[in-house]
Amino acid sequence: MSSVRVLVGTRKGAFILTSNEERQQWDVSGPHFAGWEIYHLKGSPANPDRLYAAQSTGWFGQLIQRSDDGGKTWEPVGADFTYDGAPGAHQWYDGTQHPWEFQRVWLLEPSPTDPDTVYAGVEDAALFRTHDGGKSWQELPALRAIKGELWAPGAGGMCLHTILIDPNDANRIFVAISAAGAFRTEDGGQTWRPATHGLKANWELPDPDAEIGHCVHSIAMHPSRPNVLFMQKHWDVMRSDDAGDNWYEISGNLPSDFGFPIIVHSHEPDTIYVVPIKSDSEHYPPDGKLRVYRSRSGGNEWEALTEGLPQSDCYVNVLRSAMAVDTLDSCGVYFGTTGGQVYASADSGDTWAPIVRDLPAVLSVEVQTLP
Amino acid sequence: MIRVIIPHHLRTLANSGKEVTLEVAAPVTQAAVLDALEAKYPVLRGTIRDRATHKRRALIRFFACGQDLSHEAPDAPLPAEVATGKEPLMIVGAMAGG
Repeated sequence: MSSVRVLVGTRKGAFILTSNEERQQWDVSGPHFAGWEIYHLKGSPANPDRLYAAQSTGWFGQLIQRSDDGGKTWEPVGADFTYDGAPGAHQWYDGTQHPWEFQRVWLLEPSPTDPDTVYAGVEDAALFRTHDGGKSWQELPALRAIKGELWAPGAGGMCLHTILIDPNDANRIFVAISAAGAFRTEDGGQTWRPATHGLKANWELPDPDAEIGHCVHSIAMHPSRPNVLFMQKHWDVMRSDDAGDNWYEISGNLPSDFGFPIIVHSHEPDTIYVVPIKSDSEHYPPDGKLRVYRSRSGGNEWEALTEGLPQSDCYVNVLRSAMAVDTLDSCGVYFGTTGGQVYASADSGDTWAPIVRDLPAVLSVEVQTLP
Repeated sequence: MIRVIIPHHLRTLANSGKEVTLEVAAPVTQAAVLDALEAKYPVLRGTIRDRATHKRRALIRFFACGQDLSHEAPDAPLPAEVATGKEPLMIVGAMAGG
């Protein structure tokens, strides 16, 4: 019988939630790394018992933890994220140049095929990679050569928060950075190009052809169709049918097109999910109603999914890495909130129930479907 | 032997007790103690001071003998009571966050 393992990163530790394919009864393990911020943890597709976790605090800095038994035990591995060569400078909030300074790891993306190869997206934004299971990390510096001096931090810092590896071609990788934009490499990170044509930010970026400066919040891809990308931008939900060369808006009838995560159904490449948030100055759901919106048409036509979710007095947020799907026959959808709830749906979002209600603020949610 | 008290989260990482003891050759300085601490517990590299520059992390403080030594030069001798093991060097996570 299959099972699912939900990996939850929070402000005060990691939690591992497990269930069988019914997804009704859950075991909760944690907190792991109690008291530490766990921005992200994720399992290797090539070896599901190999997990990586990004552990940090403002006091003691960054660690990377690795598990080889599905999260029962962990060991710290390497956490030396030294930028390649002279770090250089990027644009600061006041328009001046500011030196690149490592702050933390936001995201860990294990290779689809090699448990020892992992990509790390960090703040200040850069992409690192390990080939030895996290013992040592090397920057892929060509990314920051793409007008890095124009990159500027968003409100949450200048973070590389999205890494998508084309399942058909490991040399093709997409990354997204707040608030620099989206980038694509076709050669494993040796060269990069902006992938932002069609994105709009009329106030902040009056130049319609601006390649740098877009506040991309997250990007999603279905593994069967890697040329089609879906993006939740600061404002606007966008779609590309040509691997990021061109984007067009699919916000349609959403009550707000501001939000953070966007994900794709595991079996239906045109079924996508977002969680609309009222605005960039009011980071909570419109009208105090926590609603996931689903489009079964690849965008533009959206339906509210509300059954089992609070429909009054709800003022939580769902952060960019805090939503994921499993791959069971009846697709499970999961998300965590800044109020510490983790909600699960075992029926593609039709109905929801909380797995846990009172965790620390949830930073990330990943799901493993285990045989 | 030099006595060093480390904060809760670093004890968890190092799998140690509250107080650890270190062999440190004279002159006993803040840098020499941290070198010895990191050599004994490599997992602590980067958690107290920057890996490359060895600059103290912003929210780490050093105390001994009732004095705040956080702003002392890393190569300045620590108080004799610390060098003789009579008093511990305390590494403390600063109060921050309100």
